[in-house]
Amino acid sequence: MAKIEMKVNGRAVSRDVPDATLLSEFLREELRLTGTHVGCDTSQCGACVVHIDGKAVKSCTALAAACSGSEVTTVEGLANGGLHPMQTAFNDNHGLQCGFCTPGMIMSGIDMVNRYKAAGRELTEEAIRHELEGNICRCTGYHNIVKSIQDAAAKM
Amino acid sequence: MYQTKYHKPDSLEAAIALLSSSDEAKVLAGGHTLLPTMKNHLAAPSDVVDIRGIANLHGICEDGGSIVIGATTTHAEVADSALVLSACPALACLAAGIGDPAVRHAGTIGGSLANNDPAADYPAAALGLGATIVTSQRELPAEDFFDGMFTTALEDDEIITAIRFPKAEAAGYAKFPNPASRYAMVGVFVAKTSGGVRVAVTGAGEDGVFRHDGLEAALAGEFSPEAAGSVGISPDGLLSDLHGDAEYRANLISVMAKRAVKAVA
Repeated sequence: MAKIEMKVNGRAVSRDVPDATLLSEFLREELRLTGTHVGCDTSQCGACVVHIDGKAVKSCTALAAACSGSEVTTVEGLANGGLHPMQTAFNDNHGLQCGFCTPGMIMSGIDMVNRYKAAGRELTEEAIRHELEGNICRCTGYHNIVKSIQDAAAKM
Repeated sequence: MYQTKYHKPDSLEAAIALLSSSDEAKVLAGGHTLLPTMKNHLAAPSDVVDIRGIANLHGICEDGGSIVIGATTTHAEVADSALVLSACPALACLAAGIGDPAVRHAGTIGGSLANNDPAADYPAAALGLGATIVTSQRELPAEDFFDGMFTTALEDDEIITAIRFPKAEAAGYAKFPNPASRYAMVGVFVAKTSGGVRVAVTGAGEDGVFRHDGLEAALAGEFSPEAAGSVGISPDGLLSDLHGDAEYRANLISVMAKRAVKAVA
């Protein structure tokens, strides 16, 4: 068993779990934070994207034990009083159809806006489409997802 | 996934001791090959030795005429490095094209080279630039490091610590990504080095990454897309799979070689 101590959405958590536990399993099954979805479980689809120490990572391809000592943010940790601007933008622009990929889209969206802002680069529509390479929407609802991220980028 | 024992040593010596103490231990860095392989039950290591806690295996620096990249440096860190962008933009461009943003935040250069996936991008840069693979035991020229598909000269308890890329006069990389998964169906790295023009091809060879003599000779004569395009590429020894047969990949080598040379200019 591995002792996992990490901060999840600002809250310190401590659990003993088998060493082979994936971060996605740890979040969903141990902490019951089921907002992080597991779509493909092969690091392709991006439904499981969370932020580890501020960086978007696929939680299905990380051992929970390896993330001990880290700060993890999931989709549940975004709303602070009100919705995060990225969540509001997905709502306003109908950036979802079935909603399964949405948590990953939102976490990847925030990550790309933060990175482009830090580098002083403009997040164009073309750049958003390219940046979303690792997030798959099975409803193929990309158009409104891209619009949502563009909208949020202007407000973040 | 079968159960395993996770370790995160903080020194190279401790990591090697852990690897030596078991026949079934594996090194873990970004985990973007090892963990999927473990999920598929294609690997069942008794122990995984995470080397990301070892401080001096990480980071990018300049050493004389070379760029030295620590084994646990992620693709995103290479892609965004001011040093790599100015000294070898082709290498930054290659790193920026691996996987997707979340994959690049985790996957490492050492992991990619140690795995030697025939469709990985980094082997093309290492062979194309004539890099030296620095390990816990020795220094290996890229030519001697890659040893066929998914095979390298690494011993079981040997760990890549860094990769030393000599700065090239000019370099370029172009790949044709698989439309779904974005790995290189064919990637061609061209470089004008102090030792002459080097051309390395990934994604195409049955034995993994290889140098192409015909392209090197033509580009040594004239470093132009036309010269690259004039070379006949044989399909012998190239991969055939459901994504493309050997003839298709041979044609892609020609097209990617032209684009790689064009990317230099």
